[in-house]
Amino acid sequence: MQNGKNDISRRRLLRDGLWGACLVGTAGAGSFVAGRGKKDNTVWQIDPETCVACGNCATYCVLEESAVKCVHAYEVCGYCEICFGYFGPEPVNINEGAENQVCPTGAIKRTFVEEPYYEYTVDESLCNGCGKCVKGCNAFGNGSLHLQVRHDRCLNCNECSIAAACPSGAYKRVPADKPYLLKRAGHA
Amino acid sequence: MIRLIHIIIAVVALTILSGVVSASESDSERFPPPEFETDYQRPSPTTPEPRQDLWEYVDVAVLVAALGLSSYLVLRKRNRRMIFLLTVCSLIYFGFWRKGCVCPIGAIQNMVLSVFDANYAVPMAVAAFFLLPLVFTLFFGRTFCAAVCPLGAMQDLVLFKPVSVPSWLESALRLLAYVYLGLAVLFAATGSAFFICRYDPFVAFFRVSGNFNILVLGACFLLIGMFVGRPYCRYVCPYGVILRQLSRLSKWRVTITPDDCIRCRLCEDSCPFGAIRQPTADWPARSYSRDKRRLVLLMLLLPVLMLAGGWITSALSPVTSRMHATVRLAERIYQEESGEVVDTTDASSAFRATGKKISDLYGEAGDIRGKFRLGGWFLGAFVGLMAGLKLISHSLRRNREDYEADRASCVACGRCFQYCPREHVRLKQNKTDRE
Repeated sequence: MQNGKNDISRRRLLRDGLWGACLVGTAGAGSFVAGRGKKDNTVWQIDPETCVACGNCATYCVLEESAVKCVHAYEVCGYCEICFGYFGPEPVNINEGAENQVCPTGAIKRTFVEEPYYEYTVDESLCNGCGKCVKGCNAFGNGSLHLQVRHDRCLNCNECSIAAACPSGAYKRVPADKPYLLKRAGHA
Repeated sequence: MIRLIHIIIAVVALTILSGVVSASESDSERFPPPEFETDYQRPSPTTPEPRQDLWEYVDVAVLVAALGLSSYLVLRKRNRRMIFLLTVCSLIYFGFWRKGCVCPIGAIQNMVLSVFDANYAVPMAVAAFFLLPLVFTLFFGRTFCAAVCPLGAMQDLVLFKPVSVPSWLESALRLLAYVYLGLAVLFAATGSAFFICRYDPFVAFFRVSGNFNILVLGACFLLIGMFVGRPYCRYVCPYGVILRQLSRLSKWRVTITPDDCIRCRLCEDSCPFGAIRQPTADWPARSYSRDKRRLVLLMLLLPVLMLAGGWITSALSPVTSRMHATVRLAERIYQEESGEVVDTTDASSAFRATGKKISDLYGEAGDIRGKFRLGGWFLGAFVGLMAGLKLISHSLRRNREDYEADRASCVACGRCFQYCPREHVRLKQNKTDRE
């Protein structure tokens, strides 16, 4: 009887000890995380310098319509009359006809500014983030058209599905207070 | 006009060179940005802001409130209907409103990554989501699983006609969760992937869109979940594995009866998750020497299982390491270099365009493989240890006099309460007290 009682209290001691150890462990994990210093929340963003405009952004996003859109860095743009982000590689005519355009959804608007310059603007509601224009602009132009994760749409998944499918490792976690990696004039 | 000719010449030249010139060598000086004579102003691209940080605090506050309420309802109120209501609310908030992200299950990986990658810091909300349910479980049992977790809620709602799973099958299937946890930790530690998020079966439902295969996987889980209670929680959930162990130690826990068990057997089949343990009083007499011999044998088997598991998993590292993009890329480049394949992939051409040395890539991939080899030993030993301990615990004989909810397996859903006649006595008592 005495023995049995001892046994129970021993088990209890063991259990309480383990319980305390687990609580300390959890607290330890918490303080470890806190001790890491910068606890900036991060969001996903595309590094335009690494991006190869493969087209995965349009298809791999968990959203039906991708959170990635084409963004135009106007300060980098040459305002070319013949823009290869706008026209296909062999345009039938140099005009706004749909058959001449590289954008499958007609999301880029071409407006005349002054001789011989044209402005190109992206209609985000039409853009699907396929990056066809980006490819053309990178290959033959200044590379002012580039893809960016749009944070009004992005769900900021713990693991971005597009990042997992990105062939060039262009996806990064960036601080949430600097959520864009826009191209700027001066550094290509 | 001269500019136009320049453009055409440049385009023709570049078209010829395009096979050589790579896409990444974009040059902002190809066509110098013009200086306009008209008063045209360059617009600047819009930058919509991400979700405010404030919302993270709201999420954590809701989590704490839900955990507290769930614990109160399970342990004090003992009211299944209210637990059910809370489950639905959690499903709506954490599931459909917050789109199932971030959740404690996935947060395991963030925590692991932050241990192994000094450059990665876990955001406050993610750490809170990982740690708070652990603390609550240490005090109150798995009340997180009961009514807070949206994945559990989803499965709890579709439970239609539960069948009982034989205990040997239950035990064997549960090993899956340990393997899954081990793999997820391995992949997160090596920075390869967030495995749990990638194969989260229900998140696609929460977002009402997603990868087709994952939708099918989720549908399968829900279909099975109609007959086997909470299949993901019981056999797959890697966070559930942690909560199980902590729940064994919890300060307070679910009891089927509010006071004394009268062994009426009414609750015996009430648990859809097979978590009710029967009294052991009337076990047949057994040969103790045989039991002892078996126990010693199993204890000797334990290190063997660990070593075997470690060796197998480590030997599988060429396969598991392919989860890392760099290893995949290095293998592809090797195939291209050795002439096994003639075409290139987006990844391989992107790599070649960067001009990095192939030998460096091979070296990097080799290092990662080494990590997988080493990590494989730990992962395999862990799974072997858990399997061995499971065998040992099955051969231990414990005395139980009452019907009890198994500390580890009970998800505190509260279904068994109303099966207990003592509970009805308590409720009646409460009612008369109030009157």
